[in-house]
Amino acid sequence: MADVLARPKDATGGHGLWIGLALTLVVVAASLLMPASFTHLSDQALLPVSDWVGAGMNWFARDAAIFGIKIADLTRALAAAAQMPIDWLKFMLADGWVKGAGFNKVHLAPPLSWLGVILTAALLGLRLSGRGLAVLTLLAGAYLVFFGLWASAMTTLASVVICVVAALVLGLAMGIWAYRSAHAEIWLRAVMNVMQTVPIFSYLLPTLLLFGYGPSAALFATVVYALPPMVHATVLALRSVPSETLELARMTGCSRAQTLWKVELPVAAPRLAIGLNQVVMMTLNMVIIASMIGAGGLGYDVLRALRRLDFGAGFEAGMGIVALAVVLDRLTQAAAHNQSTGQQGLWSRRDTLIAALLLIVPTVASLALPALSAWPGAWTLTTAPFWNGAVSLINQNFYEPLEAIRTGMLLGVMNPFRNLLQSAPWSLVLAALVLAGYALGGVRTALTVFLLLLFVLVTGYWQAAMSSIYLTVLSVALALAIGLPFGIWVSGHPRLHHPVQLALDTLQTLPTLVYLLPAVMLFRNGDFSALIAIVSYAVAPAVRYGMAGMAHVPSERIEAALMSGCTPWQSFRFVRLPAALPTLILGVNQTVMMALSMLVIAALVGTRELGQEVYTSLSRGETGPGIVAGLCVAAIALVADALLKSGALRAARHEGEAHA
Amino acid sequence: MKRLIASAMLALSLGAAAPASAFEPESTDTIKLMVADWSSMLIDTEILNIILSTYGYSVETVVADDSARYPGFETGDLTIALETWQTTQDKPFTKSLATGNVLDMGELGPHAKEEWWYPSYMEEKCPGLPDWKALKNCAEAFSSPETAPKGRYLGAPVSWGGFDEERVKALDLPFEVVHAGTEAAMFAELQSAYERKAPIILWVYQPHWVPSVFSGSFVKFPPYEEACYTDPSWGENKTAAHDCGKPEGWIKKMAWAGGEKVWPCAYDIVRKFTLDGKELGDLVYEVDVKGRAVNEVAMEWAKTNEAKWRSWAACAEK
Repeated sequence: MADVLARPKDATGGHGLWIGLALTLVVVAASLLMPASFTHLSDQALLPVSDWVGAGMNWFARDAAIFGIKIADLTRALAAAAQMPIDWLKFMLADGWVKGAGFNKVHLAPPLSWLGVILTAALLGLRLSGRGLAVLTLLAGAYLVFFGLWASAMTTLASVVICVVAALVLGLAMGIWAYRSAHAEIWLRAVMNVMQTVPIFSYLLPTLLLFGYGPSAALFATVVYALPPMVHATVLALRSVPSETLELARMTGCSRAQTLWKVELPVAAPRLAIGLNQVVMMTLNMVIIASMIGAGGLGYDVLRALRRLDFGAGFEAGMGIVALAVVLDRLTQAAAHNQSTGQQGLWSRRDTLIAALLLIVPTVASLALPALSAWPGAWTLTTAPFWNGAVSLINQNFYEPLEAIRTGMLLGVMNPFRNLLQSAPWSLVLAALVLAGYALGGVRTALTVFLLLLFVLVTGYWQAAMSSIYLTVLSVALALAIGLPFGIWVSGHPRLHHPVQLALDTLQTLPTLVYLLPAVMLFRNGDFSALIAIVSYAVAPAVRYGMAGMAHVPSERIEAALMSGCTPWQSFRFVRLPAALPTLILGVNQTVMMALSMLVIAALVGTRELGQEVYTSLSRGETGPGIVAGLCVAAIALVADALLKSGALRAARHEGEAHA
Repeated sequence: MKRLIASAMLALSLGAAAPASAFEPESTDTIKLMVADWSSMLIDTEILNIILSTYGYSVETVVADDSARYPGFETGDLTIALETWQTTQDKPFTKSLATGNVLDMGELGPHAKEEWWYPSYMEEKCPGLPDWKALKNCAEAFSSPETAPKGRYLGAPVSWGGFDEERVKALDLPFEVVHAGTEAAMFAELQSAYERKAPIILWVYQPHWVPSVFSGSFVKFPPYEEACYTDPSWGENKTAAHDCGKPEGWIKKMAWAGGEKVWPCAYDIVRKFTLDGKELGDLVYEVDVKGRAVNEVAMEWAKTNEAKWRSWAACAEK
C-alpha cells in the first residue's frame, strides 16, 4: 500500500514519471514471465465462501434456536420493544395522537407545538452553555419550521435520539468491560475494527432478516454503525484517568462501582464527549440509509426530492439534517463539558417549570390556532427554485470546460492507473504489500497483511478489490493534497477555527447524495463523479488532523527554532512538520478509512468495484456475496490501517530519537 | 396543568369518536403493505391503505426492496404488494409462486414497458430512428470522449438486470454499456443532456414521469419473445440469445397465501383493485413533477373516486 500510496503524488514530481514507467515495465514483464496462475487465479482455486456465509446466515435467521426459542423470534421481540419508545417519541413530537386511518382518521390530540419544543431547546442551550447556543438553537428551529421540514425533522429526531442513547449506553458498557479485562479488549477491538469498516449495506440484509422490515431494523443497523467510536473513546478516556486519582479513590475506600461512577467517569468526561460527538454525527450520517429501509423523516424527504431531480428541495432537507446534527452535537458537548468541570445546579426547579409551561401553553393554544402545531404549507419558504436554476445554469454554460477536465483526468490518470492495478499479477501486489508490512512493522504486520489479502484473493474479489484500491488511492491522494495544507494553514489562523469546524460538520452530515446528483449532471455517471464524492467526504478528516497536528507542536520548540534564526519556512519544514508527523499519519489513516466507507455511496453513481458488489447484492437480496464483499472492503481497510499505524509508530520513534 | 391536558384530551377523544362503518374486520392483525422506492407504487399502495383502513383494518406500509421482497412474502412478514413488474420480476415471481406460499392477485392494470430511449432532438443526428438498425451507423453521434468511436448507452443500475451487454453483443451494436448507480443518477444525466440538447441514449421505463416531461421515443428492437432470451438460434443472430428488445408486460398484485384465511374480505378488495395506465401516470406526474405529497394525492383520488372503490369493497359494504 505504501508504495502505491506514494505513487500518484510522485507522478506530479520530476522523477515520478520514471517510477511510473518502471512500475509498468515490471508489471508487464512479470505478467509475461510468470505462470498464468500467478497472474490471475483460476476459478478452481477460489473458495465458495459467500455461499457458506449465505447459507449460514439463512440458517441463523430462520432456524437457529437457543433453549428451544428461535433466534429470529428473540430478535423480532427485541425489534418490537425498540419500536415502542420510537413510536412514543413520534407521537409526542411529530404525529400527535391519531386514531383510525383513511377516511376515519381522527386527530385526538396535537403533537407538541414546534414553538414550545424550540423554546425549550433554546432554554436548555442557554442554561448549558450560554446565549450563543440558545441563538443557534433558535435559528436551527426556525429554519426547520419556515422551510416546512418540522414534521419530518421530528420523525428523524425521534429515531436519532433512541439510536444515540442506545449506542451511548452499549458503547459505555462495552468500553468499561474492555478497560477492565485485557482479554475482552483484544477481542472487542478486533470486532469493532471490522464493524467500523464493513460497509453498512452489507449487513443491512441480515438485519432485515432478523429484525423484520421497518424502522427498528434501521435502528439496529444504525447502532451497529455508530457503536465502535464510542467503545474506542470510552477505553481511551478511562485509560487517561491519572493513576494518582485512582490511588486516591482506593485510599478513601471507594468500592469498585463508586470508583467508576464518582471518579473515573467524571474525570474521563471530556474524552467521552469526543465519542459522543462521533456517535451523534454517525447516527445522523445514517439517516439517509435508514430511510431506504423505512425510517422515514428527513432522509426520506431527501430521497424523494432527488428522485424527481429537485436538487434544491433535496438540499434544503439535507440542510435540515445538518441543523439537527449541529444542535444535538453542541447541546451534548455542552452537557459533557459541564459534567467534567463539575458545574452543577445550572438547571433549577424553576427552569423545569418554565420548560413545562413553554411546552404546554403553545400546544394547548394550537387547538385553537392550528399553525402552532403544523406550520401551514402556504407560509413556508423555499429556495429550491434558486438552487435548481443555479445547477441548470452551470450545466448549460460551463459543461464544456468541465467535460474537458473530466475527460483529461479520466483518460490521462484514472484509466491508466486502474488498468495498471488490474493487470498487475496478484502475486506481485501481494508480495509488495507484505514486504511493505515487514519493512514498516516487522513479521507481525507482514503476517496480518498477508492473511487479509489472502482472504480477498480466495473469495474471488481480487479484481474488484483492485478497482476499489485504485479509486481509494486517487481520492485519498487528492483529499490529502487539498485537506492537509488547508488544515495546516487554518491552524495558524485561530479566528478561522470555528467557521471551519462548522463547515466540516456540515460536510460530514450533509447527505452525500445531495451534492452527488448535481455532480452527476456535470460529470456523468462513472468513476469521476465517484471520485468527487469520495474526496468531498474524506477531505474533512484530512483538514481536522492537519489542524490538530500543528496545534500540538510544543511551543518551546517553535521558540527555540525562532531564536536559532530559522526562517518561517525552515521552522515549518524542520521543526513543526516532523513534530506533527505522527498525528498527520493518523490523519492519513482516518482519511483512508473515510474514503473506504464512501465506496458504497460512490456505487450509487455507477462505479464497478467492491462497493458496487455490496450494493448490488443488497438490492438482489443475496446475503452471502454482500457480507463477503463487505468483509473484503474491511480487509483492505485493515491492511491500510496496519501499514499506516506501523508507519506512524516508526515516525514517532524516529522523532523521539531525534530529540533525545 | 397536566391534569388539565389529560381532561382536555379525554373530552376530545369522546367527542371525536366518530361512528365508523358498521363493518367489523375479520382480524385485528396488521396487514403489511409492501412499497418499493418508485412513485407509482407509493401512490397506489397509499390508496389501498386509505381504503383498507377506512374499513377498520389495521394496516402498515413497509418499505422493502423490489427484488428482496420474496422471503418476506413467503414467511408472512409482508402481506400485499400491488406492483410486481413482468419486465424485471417475472422469473423470481414465478419461482416464488411455486413455493405455494405466495398468491397471484391479478393484474393492477397499467402496461409496463422499458427500453432504450432517446430524446427527439437526436432524430436529426441519427436519421432512421426509432428503428434499431439506425444505431449501427450513428454510434458516433452518441459517443462520449472515453467511449469514442463507440456510442455510450446509459443503462439502469446493475441490480435491475436487463441483459443490455448481451443485447449489444448479439445485435452487434457499436455501443458501450455504462451503468448508472441509481435511477436518480440516471435521470440526472438525462436532464443535463436535455438542457444542452446533447446526445444521450438511455434506459427509460413507464409508467414514469420521464416520458411525460421529456419528449422522445423508445428504440424499436425486434419484438421480445421468450425464445429470444433462451434460444440462440432465434432471430437476427443465430448464435446468440438476447437479439431482441426487452419484454413488456403486466404489473401484477401479489400476496402472502396465509393471509387469505385471516382477512378474506381484504383479499377480495385487493383482487378487485385496479387503476388504468393513464390514471396512474397522471398521479405519478402530480407527485414527481409537481412535488406534491403522496398521501395528499392519494387522498384526493380516494375522495373523487369514492363510489368506485366502495364498489370493490362489496364484502365490507353490507
